Amino acid sequence: MLPGHLRALARVSAEVQLDIKGPVTQRSVLDALEDQYPMLRGTIRDHVTQERRPFLRFFACEEDYSLEPPDTPLPDAVASGKEPLLIIGAIAGG
Amino acid sequence: MSGVRVLVGTRKGAFVLTSDGKRERWDVSGPHFAGWEMYHVKGSPVDPNRLYASQCSGWFGQIIQRSDDGGKTWTQPGTPPGERTTPEGMPKGESNKFVYDTSAQTGKPLTTHQWYDGTQHPWEFKRVWHLEPSPTDPDTVYAGVEDAGLFRSTDGGQNWQELAGLRGHGTGPKWQPGAGGLCLHTIILDPKDPGRIYIAISAAGAFRTDDAGKTWRPINKGLHSQYIPDPNAEIGHCVHHVAMHRSRPNVLFMQKHWDVMRSDNAGDSWQEVSGNLPTDFGFVIDVHAHEPETIYVVPIKSDGEHFPLDGKLRVYRSRSGGNEWEALTKGLPQNDCYVNVLRDAMAVDSLDKCGVYFGTTGGQVYASANAGDSWTPIVRDLPAVLSVEVQTLP
Repeated sequence: MLPGHLRALARVSAEVQLDIKGPVTQRSVLDALEDQYPMLRGTIRDHVTQERRPFLRFFACEEDYSLEPPDTPLPDAVASGKEPLLIIGAIAGG
Repeated sequence: MSGVRVLVGTRKGAFVLTSDGKRERWDVSGPHFAGWEMYHVKGSPVDPNRLYASQCSGWFGQIIQRSDDGGKTWTQPGTPPGERTTPEGMPKGESNKFVYDTSAQTGKPLTTHQWYDGTQHPWEFKRVWHLEPSPTDPDTVYAGVEDAGLFRSTDGGQNWQELAGLRGHGTGPKWQPGAGGLCLHTIILDPKDPGRIYIAISAAGAFRTDDAGKTWRPINKGLHSQYIPDPNAEIGHCVHHVAMHRSRPNVLFMQKHWDVMRSDNAGDSWQEVSGNLPTDFGFVIDVHAHEPETIYVVPIKSDGEHFPLDGKLRVYRSRSGGNEWEALTKGLPQNDCYVNVLRDAMAVDSLDKCGVYFGTTGGQVYASANAGDSWTPIVRDLPAVLSVEVQTLP
């Protein structure tokens, strides 16, 4: 699930379905996402360092995975497609 | 009849304002890229339908957009010509990759600059402040970025390469950010000499190349800044904007943090021309399209109070290249006005009479169809205006 601005950029309206071979991790999900939607490269993680942008967070199954290493397996429910990986823009402002 | 297209970048999207040559009735298109910060939108001088736009976000980083139909439709330039989508229906394109050149072959580019506390800090790409299309090739465009660097694309904005000699020329470790960041905000391409480019950085100063970007040197002699102890400091000056008339590329006009300056020798030296301005702090400066000694500024009260003096929004015009200024107030609010006019938010058209345009942080875009004698708002309630550019259409 992408934030609204990135859905507009990628021209998708709802959840994005990704077919991932091998372990389902933050890195493999983002690799697959950027492969399918190249216009999103650089918007979720930095082009060079591949680090998550500071104001984006990753949630799945009501848990915050933002600070987990990128190769940590995501929950089975996400891997099976039962639950989404939520990419959320931080609420910032006043 | 010829017409005018005004390209407006705001905090929450881009707008395209169009009119015929009378400049009385306007069509407003937008917001394009709603919700994104649009730092700059500018058209190619050789192909008016070719527009480049800098779209960015504190959340999602930098995107470059391009239009080939005057702003009606946009694509990220990675999309091949004539092909808008992948076979699955998705747009192709990656146009947002600005990677500093760290190779030893290109001038040993630096990897740190001075931070606010005086320590060295890594160069970190944040956003594109200014896009300057080539005067001869619609596929060539320059980008001024934060942290300060100059990039060029020769394939219509798809791929970007740094002109690394700028950061590598020697003073880079001494550059430090102004309050708005370490931004390269001004790019002027000499219309008579393709090798000569002027750029300006806050708060490093102005720089010039005479070999198309391979080598650079500071051009800040004559600038004096209160906060710099050395009266002859080569760099460290907070240049806000520089303007040039295309008929006289050796004559430059500068709005510095404080002080309005001019140079008659391509920046080799500068003289103050603030003259009778009520305050010489400000951001914008521009030159009349047909009178190279007629220049415009919008004085702002001070660096601590970014709004017009006494709540009166006044454009000041000099017909003598500086020193002698007249206030232009007809049609502009003369009480309770506390907006700012940012550095890239003024432009001129080349109709006769010259049109002058500027946008405010209050969301107004004002136009004058008579060189500043009187003003009318084209729009009053846009998001805060970051940039204004004008295209004069055939």
